Amino acid sequence: MKKRGLLFVLFSSLVLLLSGCSSIAVFDPKGPAARTLSSTILFSIAVMIGILLVVYVLFIVILSKYRAKNSKDDYIPPHEEGNKWLEVIWITIPIIIVTVLSVVTVKSTISVENVPKGYENQKPLVIYAASSNWKWHFSYPEEGIETVNYLNIPTHRPIELRLYSFGPITSFWVPQLAGQKYAMSDMINKLNLVADVPGSYLGRNTNFSGEGSAHMEFETLAMSSEQFTEWVDEVKTTAPALDEEKFTSLLATAHVGRESFSTNHLSFSPAPGDHADHMYHTDMENGNVEHQENKEEHPTPPTSPEETEFDSVPNVDPNEPLPQSPAEDSSGDIEHTDHTNHEGH
Amino acid sequence: MKWDEFFVTGEPMIYGAMASIVLATIAIIVGLTYFKKWGYLWREWLTTVDHKRIGVMYILSALIMLFRGGVDAIMMRFQTAVPENTFLDSQHYNEVFTTHGLVMILFMAMPFIIGIMNVVVPLQIGARDVAFPRLNAISFWLFFFGAMLLNLSFVIGGSPDAGWTAYFPLASIEFSPTVGNNYYSLALQISGIGTLLTGINFIVTILKMRAPGMKLMRMPMFTWSSLITSVIITFAFPVLTIALALMMFDRIFGSQFFTMANGGMDMLWANLFWVWGHPEVYIVILPAFGIYSEIISTFSKKNLYGYSSMVWSMVIISLLSFLVWAHHFYTMGQGAMVNGFFSITTMAISVPTGVKIFNWLFTMRKGKISFTTPMLYSLAFIPIFTIGGVTGVMLAMASADYQYHNTMFLVAHFHYVLIPGTVFAVIAGFHYWFPKVFGFKLNDRLGKHAFWWIAISFNVTFFPLFFLGLKGMTRRMYTYSEETGFGPLNMLSFVGALGLAIGFAILVYNIYYSIRYSPRETNGDPWDARTLEWATSSPIPAYNFAVTPNVKTRDALWAAKHDNISIFDEEIKPIHLPSNTGKPIILGAIFFAFGFAMVFSWFIPAIIAGIGIIIVMATMSFDRDHGITVSVKEIMETEKKLRGETL
Repeated sequence: MKKRGLLFVLFSSLVLLLSGCSSIAVFDPKGPAARTLSSTILFSIAVMIGILLVVYVLFIVILSKYRAKNSKDDYIPPHEEGNKWLEVIWITIPIIIVTVLSVVTVKSTISVENVPKGYENQKPLVIYAASSNWKWHFSYPEEGIETVNYLNIPTHRPIELRLYSFGPITSFWVPQLAGQKYAMSDMINKLNLVADVPGSYLGRNTNFSGEGSAHMEFETLAMSSEQFTEWVDEVKTTAPALDEEKFTSLLATAHVGRESFSTNHLSFSPAPGDHADHMYHTDMENGNVEHQENKEEHPTPPTSPEETEFDSVPNVDPNEPLPQSPAEDSSGDIEHTDHTNHEGH
Repeated sequence: MKWDEFFVTGEPMIYGAMASIVLATIAIIVGLTYFKKWGYLWREWLTTVDHKRIGVMYILSALIMLFRGGVDAIMMRFQTAVPENTFLDSQHYNEVFTTHGLVMILFMAMPFIIGIMNVVVPLQIGARDVAFPRLNAISFWLFFFGAMLLNLSFVIGGSPDAGWTAYFPLASIEFSPTVGNNYYSLALQISGIGTLLTGINFIVTILKMRAPGMKLMRMPMFTWSSLITSVIITFAFPVLTIALALMMFDRIFGSQFFTMANGGMDMLWANLFWVWGHPEVYIVILPAFGIYSEIISTFSKKNLYGYSSMVWSMVIISLLSFLVWAHHFYTMGQGAMVNGFFSITTMAISVPTGVKIFNWLFTMRKGKISFTTPMLYSLAFIPIFTIGGVTGVMLAMASADYQYHNTMFLVAHFHYVLIPGTVFAVIAGFHYWFPKVFGFKLNDRLGKHAFWWIAISFNVTFFPLFFLGLKGMTRRMYTYSEETGFGPLNMLSFVGALGLAIGFAILVYNIYYSIRYSPRETNGDPWDARTLEWATSSPIPAYNFAVTPNVKTRDALWAAKHDNISIFDEEIKPIHLPSNTGKPIILGAIFFAFGFAMVFSWFIPAIIAGIGIIIVMATMSFDRDHGITVSVKEIMETEKKLRGETL
């Protein structure tokens, strides 16, 4: 009865898995980093199914063979201390498996921490991704532009995301492009990724950061480099500039839709230092002198309940999963595909 | 603090909870007065220092907390069963998942385990009580009042809402301005001190109070697991104590240990929390392994296979448990080498754990397996926990974890470890040792019904979550949109949660049913078991054993029954027992008052309560109470009565 229940669950889950592989984001990678992770995970699942089979077969055989009903009344189970050779086997084989998995883990971790293979010689596109309250700010220092709650990237070019936060720890995750990494207030974390298929990929914050964190989704749109250049030019010419005053009010707002700006906040509100600064510059507070000053200039938005209540924030619908406000989106000539059709471009 | 913020308002469910708390309190007070049970309650239970009664109170509290945490769980599953559900708002949902985690780990799993340790360990080693009976009572009352303090937050002031991990800066006063996380720091601190005292108490008990002849390598496996757990508690809990103290300073006195400004470091909290938090997982899992070892061996009619490798694997697990904490935040940016190191140490834990699984399987091989309720839970543990174990190895792989971290995959994994690991074990232990404590078994037929409901529904609830995680659903999301496609699997999970509720309802009904109808045992050994706790009568006399047992082998009772190796060869002598004392419960109550005052930063009452704590502790230290002595005549009479002989 129990086994039948278990089998049913396993079976129905497998059916779901096979029928909807493309709906499982982790197994539908669109870039080399996510592809490495997907194959690592599938390999580990195969190994684990092997281990489960061994345990399950032993379990079923022993249970059916040695149940009290099947043995004679006068049968007295023997006294067994253990067996040296059996123990050697079930210590050695797991050690071999763990060793193999360790090698795979270390190799794949190094691979996804660095610029993906084949892209090492290209100059990466640096984008700063910062979270504040329940939104994401993306600053393009080379292009001099900034967006809120959407991220446009060229395909076939390494992207170096520099993550930080204007508040609680958040975690930046676009499962179809790369694994996640934390964004924290006192240092920069770097995340390398490449998209090699154009398309629209859902990203979100995975680390609980307070009341609105379930709504911290953003669209990542991967496009050809020509389209990307066009979009940058468009933003530069049509979008408003981002000044300190506007940025401060943005930080103070809990949720906003999409926004585009022809300048970015890094000039007047620089990002914190990276991990190394944090570790060795003991005279610095919060990793970077600039960032500390920046904090004094831009104090964290007030968080008294009245001010962070969704309902009291104008023009925000917290139930809207992915803020879509074409009026503010200056990339008018680029089609937005929905998330079920990733091959749309 | 404004008075209108003192009571949580505005939610019909909160008013319902308030009303039910008030009604339940009135019902208890009226009931006790009507049946004139106040004196009985005070003399026999509230002031007791008897390890068995303290154990029973631990288990009773844990069952109540299981119910509370279970209601939280149903609410969460109901809220996420369909997209865009409006049953709970974000704030309420955040409070619910935070308290669900805290209650289930700290106020359900731990006290249940400690309760079983209290009942069983002194009996298994042939002792009269734990080494420090009064300290034991203090431990219980500190746990109890800590749990009450946390539960009070639901209706007064607001519950903690930053997750059970309470990561900074989210949990700082800046981002969590309500008193919820003050409750977190104080309630956990008070009950944590109780746990730390338990750890010390049981190390001393097991090392110093064993019956003559019970060498370390003759101890029953549950006692071994309790010893190792106590060692982990003693090393891990001071870290929590410090972390919570720093948190309290940050939130109440304005210090800057974990804040974003003035050199505070949010990562420090994450590290301190998990340096305690990971060993904590093994604190609740190792005794479970001990319980399974006892049950599987008893119902296979065979000695435990590979005894010494079972002991060594637990020792190795306990050492490794302190070397893996960073796997909880591979994504914090510490680089491939650090992550690689922690991946390897984490995966290494699977080797000794695998050894244990194979030893249990080979204990049953060539055995004579009978499928009683406790055995069913122990058997279901093996296949289900193995899924939890292998997904744990998958999570241990740092690179892959970048895709699992903070998702439902992780939620599924740790429920696959903790429920078959800890919850099944405490339920199995509850059914197994129930006749020892109360003198009658729980009904087997109802027990099996509950088991099937729980075991099947568990898989229906948590297996879908693996796929939800891979589809991109994160934990702690109070809502999601239709387009995400998370709906159907969440609905399936909710259906499973309802099944779990039915299973637990049958379990509770079984307790009531068995109290009324179960046949009473006259023999202290209803399962034909192997270890010393079954050598005394049930219910157990206050002094446990009329004569101190002499142990010559492992599984001493089995050897006595089958190889005629006697356990009791001495004459009955007068027995010295500690006398009851009301000071532990008073101390706990003052700690509660202290914690409550601190939560609201009422410093004058807090200082008064602090002075009260010192006074009670001082009077306890200078107490000239030499306990009571049970005479030989009394012992003989009790023994005769317990054996059903007329005087």
